[in-house]
Amino acid sequence: MTERRTVDVSLDLVLREERTRLIASLVRILGDWDLAEELVQEASVAALEHWPIDGLPHNPGAWLMTTARRRAIDRLRRDARFRDRLQRLGAEAEEMERPIQTGGPLATDDRLRLLFTCCHPALSREAQVALTLRTVGGLDSAQVARAFLVPESTVAQRLVRAKRKIRDAGIPFRIPEASELPGRLEGVLAVLYLVFNEGYLASDGATSDRRDLARDAEWLTSLLVRLMPEEPEPLGLLALMRLHLARVEARFAPDGSLILLPDQDRSRWDAAAIADAGELVERGLRMGRPGPHLLQAAIVAVHATAPSYAATDWAEIVALYDRLFTLQPTPVVALNRALALAEVAGPEVALAEVDPLAARLDGYHLFHAARGELLRRLGRLDEARSADRRALSLTDNPAERRLLEERLMPQPADGA
Amino acid sequence: MKYMLIIAGADDAWGHLSEAEQGALYGKVRTWWDEHAETGEILDGHELQPGSTATTIRRDPSGEVTVTDGPFVEGKEMVAGYGILDVPDLDAAIRLASSWPAPDTLEIRPIVER
Repeated sequence: MTERRTVDVSLDLVLREERTRLIASLVRILGDWDLAEELVQEASVAALEHWPIDGLPHNPGAWLMTTARRRAIDRLRRDARFRDRLQRLGAEAEEMERPIQTGGPLATDDRLRLLFTCCHPALSREAQVALTLRTVGGLDSAQVARAFLVPESTVAQRLVRAKRKIRDAGIPFRIPEASELPGRLEGVLAVLYLVFNEGYLASDGATSDRRDLARDAEWLTSLLVRLMPEEPEPLGLLALMRLHLARVEARFAPDGSLILLPDQDRSRWDAAAIADAGELVERGLRMGRPGPHLLQAAIVAVHATAPSYAATDWAEIVALYDRLFTLQPTPVVALNRALALAEVAGPEVALAEVDPLAARLDGYHLFHAARGELLRRLGRLDEARSADRRALSLTDNPAERRLLEERLMPQPADGA
Repeated sequence: MKYMLIIAGADDAWGHLSEAEQGALYGKVRTWWDEHAETGEILDGHELQPGSTATTIRRDPSGEVTVTDGPFVEGKEMVAGYGILDVPDLDAAIRLASSWPAPDTLEIRPIVER
């Protein structure tokens, strides 16, 4: 029984890898997203029928391409416009059959093209997310809809509109030029991180029928890292995701409430996964041009490798936030820097840095929660309570709400 | 692919500039336009008289026509000119529009080709 299960899982993994490769090639060759999707769907169904019985083909990618090509021939034989495309499909399938071929640069580039096209800035962010999950990630629109708690028809409509815009507005299927690359790569990373957070922040265990988007985002990011091994930012984002996932078990109490970093049971962190992610951070830093994701990962890595909250290298964290602030001079970065500073220089110094941010962060619940915490440490309890109340009024997240409500409950007078 | 480049200017974007500055900026726009017309990226186009000169004609479903003073959309930004682009794809159109030298808002719209 278990043996069969392992076979299924590995088939799923192979299929997931190969279907992304296949759809990317088909989109390039056919220039028709819908047709490419249908052919991939049919080839995947065929694979799930044949592979468990016949075993994994020696070249699963070529097997899928050949199958897709056969389906395409059935469908398009009578349409002269597709004749040259079919020829190219045939050439591609033959190319993939060559024994030396090991996932060659051609197929690799197609997946990168696909990712950049899905995240093109001329598409809305919602469309970028839906298209990336659907096309690159292989989720169906029902899965995307459930993950984002929107009706399936909404997702389906977003996908239709996005594909129509790609076609009608002439969005090219290519990797951006060097001069455009930094900005466009940032866009891709923003989509992947948004998907990750959607999964990660909702992962309270209660919503088990929701797709694990955090794992999907992690897989997509690892794909990006493999496709752009010389870029530090994808590496940083992947490390960041893995550092979060390695500690996810310790984030929630059995009743689903959130456990903050100082109170987490660090023995429940996955030390091996943290060490692996730390190596990714090191690899990225050695490239010598860290971006915001890599610096954030470096900060989280310092936390994740500290034996305890008190024994954290706070000076190092403040220094990393300083570097992050030069790249990203936002009030949120300034807030996080101030919280680290509190551990080095005390809550009073930190509060003096936090208060001036009020004008820009008044609508941000974590600003008020942070102020509440600093004020409490300074013994200014009334002000702390009013900050916590303000934070509570600004968040809908159940786990965060529970934590703030607990803080606001009357405490036994223990003098602490 | 062919696109229409619609150039919208905020009335106050140029207004705060001195006459000499306006002249210099206008010169940059002219040079930009000529350069890209030369390469064939811009097929055609024109600068338009200000929105205050516009007249709007509306025909309602019953066939009744009304003529009013002013542009069809009243807003801070008004269409100030247009160009017809012939470039390989949207990225090329975005690159071109991004190099427009004046502080305006530009829209790129694919043209229906039959």
